[in-house]
Amino acid sequence: MVSEELDITNKNLPAEQGPVQYVNELTTLNLGPTHPATHGIFQNVLQMDGEKIVSGEQTIGYIHRAFEKIAERRPFYQITTLTDRMNYCSSPINNMGWHMTVEKLLGIEIPKRAQYIRVIMMELARLADHLICNGILGVDTGAFTGFLYIYQERENIYEIYEEVCGARLTTNMGRIGGMERDLSPTAIRKIKELLVRFPKVLREFENLFNRNRIFMDRVIGVGGISAERALSYGFTGPNLRAAGVDYDVRVMNPYSSYEDFEFDIPVGQSGDTYDRFMVRNEEMWQSLRILQQAIDNLPEGPHYADAPQYYLPPKQEVYKNMEALIYHFKIVMGEIDAPVGEVYHAVEGGNGELGFYLISDGGRAPYRLHFRRPCFIYYQAYPEMCKGLTLSDAIVIMSSMNVIAGELDA
Amino acid sequence: MLINEEVAQTIINQFGEAVTDFDDPYNLLTFSTTREQIIPLITFLKSHPTLQVGFLTDITAIHYPDSVGKEFCVVYHLHSLTNNFRLRIKVYLTADDVHIPTMTPLFASANWMERETFDLFGIIFDGHPDLRRILNMEEMDYYPMRKEYPLEDGTREDKIDALFGR
Repeated sequence: MVSEELDITNKNLPAEQGPVQYVNELTTLNLGPTHPATHGIFQNVLQMDGEKIVSGEQTIGYIHRAFEKIAERRPFYQITTLTDRMNYCSSPINNMGWHMTVEKLLGIEIPKRAQYIRVIMMELARLADHLICNGILGVDTGAFTGFLYIYQERENIYEIYEEVCGARLTTNMGRIGGMERDLSPTAIRKIKELLVRFPKVLREFENLFNRNRIFMDRVIGVGGISAERALSYGFTGPNLRAAGVDYDVRVMNPYSSYEDFEFDIPVGQSGDTYDRFMVRNEEMWQSLRILQQAIDNLPEGPHYADAPQYYLPPKQEVYKNMEALIYHFKIVMGEIDAPVGEVYHAVEGGNGELGFYLISDGGRAPYRLHFRRPCFIYYQAYPEMCKGLTLSDAIVIMSSMNVIAGELDA
Repeated sequence: MLINEEVAQTIINQFGEAVTDFDDPYNLLTFSTTREQIIPLITFLKSHPTLQVGFLTDITAIHYPDSVGKEFCVVYHLHSLTNNFRLRIKVYLTADDVHIPTMTPLFASANWMERETFDLFGIIFDGHPDLRRILNMEEMDYYPMRKEYPLEDGTREDKIDALFGR
C-alpha cells in the first residue's frame, strides 16, 4: 500500500535516462488558405524550426476560374470582363491592356485623346494599387493609421472610375477602339481635385512610415533578393525595380503615348521590403506627375477610333442609319472580321509586366489566349525570400510582394 | 539597338538547319526549333555577349488537333533587357510524344510556368524538379486546355458562318 502511493508521486518525476537526446523536429505550419494576412486565398505550408522558417511550399489555384478556356469561346469584347477579375486592385490597367492587344491585332490606330484618357485611368489604377499594397504593409507591421488615412483617397479614385465607366471594382472600362465615352466635366473636376489633395495625403503617409523607427526595424533587410536572382525568377514591376533593375514596360516599349510624358523610374538597391515600399511610394509621385501632364495637355478630338466595323456606333445612329445598325448587330454578335495572326502585348500592370498572348485564327473568339500574369511568376520566389527569417517577417514579405489572388490563379 | 534581321542572322549562323520558319508578326521575331536544340539555343542566346537574352517572359503551349505530327506547340517568349528586343521560339511536338527538356536550370521562373503548361496541356518537361498540377486539383485526369471537348452546342444553327457572309 505504501509503495503504491510512492509510485504515484514518482510519476511526475523525470524518468531516469542517459544524456538528453535532441532530435531535429520541425513544425509544419499552414499559413492560409484563409488567413487574414495572406490577402487572398492561397496556402503556404511552412516548415518551422521554432520561430525560424526552414522551407516553404505554396499551394495555389483556390480561385482558378479557367479564364483562358472561357476566352476561347467568347467574342473579343466580352473578354474584357474576364481581365477585370484578374488583378482586381487595378482593373483599368488590365482592361486597357486587353483593348490594346486587340487593337494591335486589328491594326487600329486610336486618337490621341483616347490614348491620354487611357493613360489617366491607368495611372489612377496604379495609384489605387500601390495605395492598397503599401497601406496593407503598414497594417501588417502593426500600423493601422496610415491605412485609414490613404483609404479615403482610394475611395476618391474609385469615385472617378464610377464617373467614367459606372463601376467601381470590376470596371470593364473602355472599348476596343477607344473609350466608351468622353471624360465628363465632373470626372475632370474630380481628377483635378485629386491632384491637389493627394500629394498632401501621400506626404502625411510618408511621414508616418519612411523614417519610423519601428517600421524600419521590421522591414529593412527583410526579404531581400539580388538583381540576378530577381531576373532569374522573372520579377517585373516594382519588385524588380526595388532590386535595382530599371525595367519598366512604359519606357522600354511605350504604349498608349507614354513616350509623351516625362517621368522617372525609381529603383532600389537591396530588393528588401523597405526598398519595395519606397519604390512604390516614389512611383505614386511619378504617377501624379504623369496625371498632371496628361490632364494639362489633354488633346481635343474624338475619344474613339474611326473604325466603325469594330467600335460600337452611337445608339441614336443605330435607330436611324442602316450601316450603323448592321455594324451594331455584327459587333454585338461578336462577328467582327479579325485577321489571322499572333500578338504579344505587354503593359506595366500594378505589380509587373502584364502580357497578353493572343492567337487569332480569324474566328469570332481567340484560338488561344494566354495571360502572362506577373505575380504568378514572381510568387515562386517567396520560399527563397523568407528562408531563415521568422514568421512575422514572412507576413511582411508577402504583403510587400503585392500578390493578388485573382491574378495568381486566373 | 539590334534589329530583328541581325538577331535572326546570328541565330542562323550558329544553328543553321535547326532553326526554321523565321517571321516577325507585329515586329516580334518568331521562329521554330526542335526539341533537341531548344536548350543549346536558349543557353546560346543567354550567354551571347551582344544579344544577352537574359529574361524569360513566358512559357505556354498551344494545341492544334488538326495538324498531324505537329499537334502541340510549346511557345517561349524571351526578352533581352539590355538590347530591348523580344523573341518567340516555338517547338512543335507530336501528340504521342509530348516530352520536352525543362528550362529550370537556366531560369528559376520556368518552374511554375512549366507546371502550368503541364497542368493545362499535359506537356511533360523532362528533368523538371517537381512536375505536378498547379492550378487544378491533383485528382483531375484530363488536360483542360486541349481542344478535345466541344465548347458549343453543335446543333445550333444561328451562328453558322453563311449567315454572316463568311
